[in-house]
Amino acid sequence: MDEPGVVAAFWVLTVTAVGSAVMVAAVRNLLHAVLFLVLSFVGVAGLYITLSADFVAVVQVLIYAGAIAVLMLFAIMLTPRAARDNADGIFWAPALVLAGLMATTIGLIATRTEWAVSDRGPFSQTASAIGEALLDPFVLPFEVASVVLVAAMIGAIVIVREE
Amino acid sequence: MTPPGPLAPWYDFRDLSNAVERLLSWLSDIGPDWLVYVVSAVIGGTAIFLFVAATAVANIWVERRVVARIQVRRGPNRAGPWGLLQPIADMTKLMQKEALLPRAGDPVVFLLAPILAFGPALLVWGVFPFGKGMTFVDLNVGVLYIIAVTSVTTIVLFMAGWSSNNKYSLLGAIRVIAMLLSYEVPLVLALLGVVLFAGTMSLSGIVAWQHDMRIWLFLVQPLAFVIYFICATAEINRTPTDIAEAESEIVAGYHTEYSGIQFGLFYAVELVNAMALGAIAATLFFGGWWLFGLDRWIPGWMIFIGKVYLIYFLLIWLRGTLPRLRIDQLMAFAWKFLLPLALVNIMVGALEVLLWVEYDLSAGLVLPVFSVVNLSLAVLLVVGWMRFMAFPFHRLPSRARLVHDIPVVAPGAPAGGAA
Repeated sequence: MDEPGVVAAFWVLTVTAVGSAVMVAAVRNLLHAVLFLVLSFVGVAGLYITLSADFVAVVQVLIYAGAIAVLMLFAIMLTPRAARDNADGIFWAPALVLAGLMATTIGLIATRTEWAVSDRGPFSQTASAIGEALLDPFVLPFEVASVVLVAAMIGAIVIVREE
Repeated sequence: MTPPGPLAPWYDFRDLSNAVERLLSWLSDIGPDWLVYVVSAVIGGTAIFLFVAATAVANIWVERRVVARIQVRRGPNRAGPWGLLQPIADMTKLMQKEALLPRAGDPVVFLLAPILAFGPALLVWGVFPFGKGMTFVDLNVGVLYIIAVTSVTTIVLFMAGWSSNNKYSLLGAIRVIAMLLSYEVPLVLALLGVVLFAGTMSLSGIVAWQHDMRIWLFLVQPLAFVIYFICATAEINRTPTDIAEAESEIVAGYHTEYSGIQFGLFYAVELVNAMALGAIAATLFFGGWWLFGLDRWIPGWMIFIGKVYLIYFLLIWLRGTLPRLRIDQLMAFAWKFLLPLALVNIMVGALEVLLWVEYDLSAGLVLPVFSVVNLSLAVLLVVGWMRFMAFPFHRLPSRARLVHDIPVVAPGAPAGGAA
């Protein structure tokens, strides 16, 4: 993993992902914030590719950039104009404190843990490995997740239903 | 896979990768490893970009002439012999027009939208197998990559509609998002049927499966092809599903405020997307570069491009013939018609693959049976579900019938008629 190409890709993608995430909170126009969020999602997908997780990377783009970002755009479209500014708010000080605490915690965990290198080589086919894992050891969480999704869809229909 | 023999001569253009392989092996002898990657990326990227740009320019002429013939007129024939220089005239006209920016529009997002719209249209061409060894990037998850990349178009079109600061653009953008999201679901399920039979998501693997089984996946999954074709037509906003950008409906929707080369980019993206639809259908359903052994005489990439143009002709045919659907008709069609059909298609396909694998039947016996079953099921499902869900066209009277008499008093008649 120390080849110059991988290292260069890692740094470019990290700067993209983290920089866009900072811009999401820092930019004034809410629509620009959502677009920077989409850029951040794509950066994270690139980081997945440097880890040879091809299926997860593509699904990240498909689900996050293709569906969740669109959901946020719908939410922005349907809210009144007055709430469109990303800058006003009295909670920036507690937000900064909280973000700093979270960053410190995660940084300490990442640097102080004894990470063990797995002796299992990279998967040749991540998609089929994920499929088999979802249907053999993890079938119960898989089915529960689908029940939760159906419940969410029924709840959404009930909320917007006209009498 | 054929065993690696001596390198074919570089001028054997039946497989264009021969020249590239020769160059790359020479480079790997004289230079570091990363140079080989960079050079192959540059060569492949440039080749694909040039091909895409050439087809975008040529298709302007093809589309206008073929639509004109369908509409019983001639099409552009002034700008050169048979109007062949018409694309150049169009591009020149668009380039010298002023690229306007609405005064209260969002300048950065407005300018970025047409450029980013070209991204997915170009990125999707990297995974197609143009020939036997001629895939730019042979991804393991090729089919899913295509779907993911085309789903980013949704955000870009919303960017275009929103930053125009125009009610009609925003309305067009909202319609486009709703339509694209709705049609993505049956599209993914239709392509899942293809992946089910081929056992792999890699596009060259799917072509190799069709080559090994000597059958087109169109014959094994006809309903999947029909569903994919309709959903992809809606995804690229082409007539009959171009409600979001139609001049008579919504003043060109999300690209109302774009003029000059920005509009030219949106137009080119539409043409390139139509070709990409043809390329996906040709690879997944019609065998890609393989045509029952014909690729021994005709180069595979010529066969592939021929198939792409045949499907593009089908798209132009639909554009010239069918009327436009309304947005509520489109949404109902996606959710109430295509989605149940796609689900039934997957269930039947999974059952067939399970039977095939469980009882270890031979492909030559099983695939024709599956083809016949799937074909009849497709026809039955489409006709039956249409009769169930849609307006009962089959119950309309076919000729005028007398229903009942209405007593009408003729004017001037003595019985109760006033003057």
